[in-house]
Amino acid sequence: MKILLVGNPNVGKSVVFTRLTGVDVIASNYPGTTVGFTEGKLKLDKEFADVVDVPGIYSLEAASKAEEVAVKMLEEGDVIINVIDSTNIERNLNLTLQLVRMGKPMLVILNFWDETHHRGIHIDVEKLEKLLGVPCITACAVSGEGINHIVTRLAEAKVSSFKYNEKERFHEVGNIVSSVQNLEHRHHTLMDRLGELTVMPFTGIPFAVFVMALTFVVIRFIGEGLITRVFDPLFEKIWAPLVMKLSGVLGSTGFIHDILIGKLTDGGIDFVQSFGLITTGLYVPVAMVLPYILSFYLILSVLEDMGYLPRLAVLVDNLMHRLGLHGLAIVPMFLSFGCNVPGIMATRILESRKQRFICVALMCICVPCMSQSAMIISLLGKHGISGLGMVFLTLFIVWTLLGFILKKLIKEETPEIFVEIPSYRLPHMGALIKKLWMRLRWFLKEAIPFVILGVFVMNILYTLGIIDFIGSLMQPVVTGILGLPKEAVMSMLIGFLRKDVAVGMLVPLGLSLKQLIIASVVLTMYFPCIASFVVLFKELGLKDMIKAALLMIFTSLFVGGILNIIL
Amino acid sequence: MKSNEVITLAKMKQGETGTIVEIAGGHGLTNRLEPMGIREGGKVKKVSGQLMRGPITLMVGSTHTAIGYGMAQKILVEVDGK
Ligand SMILES: Nc1nc2c(ncn2[C@@H]2O[C@H](COP(=O)(O)OP(=O)(O)OP(=O)(O)O)[C@@H](O)[C@H]2O)c(=O)[nH]1
Ligand SMILES: [Mg+2]
Repeated sequence: MKILLVGNPNVGKSVVFTRLTGVDVIASNYPGTTVGFTEGKLKLDKEFADVVDVPGIYSLEAASKAEEVAVKMLEEGDVIINVIDSTNIERNLNLTLQLVRMGKPMLVILNFWDETHHRGIHIDVEKLEKLLGVPCITACAVSGEGINHIVTRLAEAKVSSFKYNEKERFHEVGNIVSSVQNLEHRHHTLMDRLGELTVMPFTGIPFAVFVMALTFVVIRFIGEGLITRVFDPLFEKIWAPLVMKLSGVLGSTGFIHDILIGKLTDGGIDFVQSFGLITTGLYVPVAMVLPYILSFYLILSVLEDMGYLPRLAVLVDNLMHRLGLHGLAIVPMFLSFGCNVPGIMATRILESRKQRFICVALMCICVPCMSQSAMIISLLGKHGISGLGMVFLTLFIVWTLLGFILKKLIKEETPEIFVEIPSYRLPHMGALIKKLWMRLRWFLKEAIPFVILGVFVMNILYTLGIIDFIGSLMQPVVTGILGLPKEAVMSMLIGFLRKDVAVGMLVPLGLSLKQLIIASVVLTMYFPCIASFVVLFKELGLKDMIKAALLMIFTSLFVGGILNIIL
Repeated sequence: MKSNEVITLAKMKQGETGTIVEIAGGHGLTNRLEPMGIREGGKVKKVSGQLMRGPITLMVGSTHTAIGYGMAQKILVEVDGK
């Protein structure tokens, strides 16, 4: 049996899904969080049912790629669980009535039941159930209330007896709403007022600048704090002595020693430069990158769950149109600062192929993921703010110019923004921590094996002398155009596996500040890491992917070359 | 009752309310707007407009939606009197 979770965007389908199946999926307070479908299993009395989390839709006519996925999916379901937002039943029932016409067994979940009370909304659930002729269950997915009723009443799901004339749909919805809902007069709350003030230009733009600056400062504060207070002491005081013991046992040198521990500097371990599997291979992902991943996703999750991102989208819409995008593209851009993979996936909320291409190209070329940023910050931060500033300024300028050029090159009208703006909500602590934990787990699972693989491959290539060979081959480009030593080629090769390791590999090269800036910029731009590359291929198809890849190589050489001349 | 001024949503001032009298767009547009409650006869409040023909946000019932300036120009609203 296949059960589909269907409903308007942002009504809590993904939270319900996680509750039913135990499978973790991301839930955030903006429409378009889910862009593909995830399946999970729900244990019933005798059998397992397949439950599918579907992207949200407003009607059966798809406007974006994510909605297309959803509408196609509908055909395959045996039972539909229609999740609706109890604080907005009028809009939600409009879809419910369309679903009724599909003639499939249905259940209606009145989610956000917790919010009806303080908003003065009273809904006669029994009456609604009679009218629609399908079970209607109240729930608060974030706390789990009502979820057990969904399971126990699943067997009661039936084809709705509600008949109406399609032309009269809105009229019918209106009738249902007025007969089951009773609204108390409701005062404008502080949240409502803030919700409005932060999309109005004169208050909203200063607020947005403030939020962005604060985001930056807090990410850096928490990230650095964790590194200097927790992770560095852990590695220096506890891990280093253990590794030194092992080093002694292995005889301080030799092939195995060098692969595991790497080269000792002055008889000790330099976690950044040793390049052994259990030294640099662990230190980079755990002590240098993880703290920033943690602080970034903490802040991102708060912004997501509050409901700020769609407001930001409205405020930056004008700017984004100059790049052939519209405001909503800020959401994938933002996500890609964490990792390009979810960023690329999230471009599915954009309507046109042109937008998706531009958005993906810009983020692959100009947005360093947090793993890479953390390393750049650690590497360049030592030289003061100017080097760091130069890197990020360059990326920003290229982002703008490239977007501007791509917009002119690709002939296609960019549609206007069209997005529902959710009300502000205080993040639910449990949900927030769960999401953060999910993202951390994902990072650890993805990053550590690849970092270790990267370090391993580097050692092998180095030992076999392949590096020298490729280095000499690429010398004209790397030294001639970019002004980097030929060993930097190595870092670019490894960058295909993991960008953080690649940046780390610059450390022993003893580069000047200028070279560090160029290398950081080029490493961001020249090519995506393998994980992003795979998703890029899946999302864009072969032809567009090749175009994007050529664009990356060309842009990185061009920009790197210019930096080499002007710095 | 004296009838009020009819202007496009784009021209309304921030905070003004009114009733939608016409949506002068094709099927594609009305189909997209309808689910958000934006349809003829509905009450709207313009929440915000951006500089340089940026997007407009409007509130219908408890649904707050952002739409492009071009779309807002196609929505005709009879503005409530003061
Ligand atoms: N207060 C409250 N918040 C909820 C409830 N259910 C979900 N949320 C929150 O509402 C937001 C939206 O939830 P999602 O599960 O992402 O919604 P969705 O329907 O999957 O949204 P899309 O994937 O965008 O279609 C999240 O921030 C949730 O934490 C609820 O019953 N009560
Ligand atoms: Mg979802």
